[in-house]
Amino acid sequence: MNQTMTLSHDLHRDDEASKIGMWLFIFTELLLFAGLFIVYGVYRYLNPVAFHLAAEELSVTVGTYNTIILLVSSATMAMASTAIRLKNKGMTLLLLGITLFIAFMFMVNKFFEWKGKFGHGIFPGSDDLLRLGHGDTLFFGLYFFMTGLHALHIIVGFVLITIVAVRVNNNTLTADNPVLLDNSGLYWHLVDLIWIFLFPLFYLIT
Amino acid sequence: MENNNESHIVPYKTYGIILSVLIVLTLISVAVTRIELASLTVFVAILLAAVKSSFVLIYFMHLKFDNKLLKALVAAVFILIALVMVVTFLDYNYR
Repeated sequence: MNQTMTLSHDLHRDDEASKIGMWLFIFTELLLFAGLFIVYGVYRYLNPVAFHLAAEELSVTVGTYNTIILLVSSATMAMASTAIRLKNKGMTLLLLGITLFIAFMFMVNKFFEWKGKFGHGIFPGSDDLLRLGHGDTLFFGLYFFMTGLHALHIIVGFVLITIVAVRVNNNTLTADNPVLLDNSGLYWHLVDLIWIFLFPLFYLIT
Repeated sequence: MENNNESHIVPYKTYGIILSVLIVLTLISVAVTRIELASLTVFVAILLAAVKSSFVLIYFMHLKFDNKLLKALVAAVFILIALVMVVTFLDYNYR
């Protein structure tokens, strides 16, 4: 009994294991999206004309803008990992703040993009979409599902980074234990990584 | 206390350079798809996306400075995904 008491003081921590755990979760996420990319690829192969016409409905400008701001947020998140190690609390909070702001801006763009589509009568199960035919229904079904699932990841990332920022502010997350910040960063880069593939597939290739 | 902590600190400048490369690659992929190259467009767009994702994985996700086990695991997952894609498309192509 005495031994456990003394051991509990010497709290074991393994940052490398935490990181590998995070990566294992990222692998499951990658496989989830890879499955969806295959579904997209197969349906595109089976309905080339409908996918070509439907993809032209999406705004390349909005897509490019969202891609660039998401890349910037990924860089600021990576820089926050450096800042915390340099024991620069102010810089860490600033970089996390910029990341959060960009995540918010991304969602605002997404909102207006989806709102525009809804306004044109394009949403899952709408009459207009049913009239357009099978291929368009598949394209927009996948568009809403995949960008929607990605947006859900943005929201989760936003919550995670907020928790990190609060803990950095409270001095409970410092240069001595930056693993939560690093793992949130890994998650945020995953969100960026998925968007890097979603962008050409839905917006660029018409 | 045996804490397995990393010591490597990546300078801000590295991330800045990688970010500019990623933005340039994004703009190139937008410009390339504006030109009508038929089936080549798809290939170029996917290729550029693959290059961009490697930069994110290697630098932003810190894999360059991680141990060999993690590098091998990540490579294995991407090889698995590539294989499943190739097999699926072979199936649809020769059906």
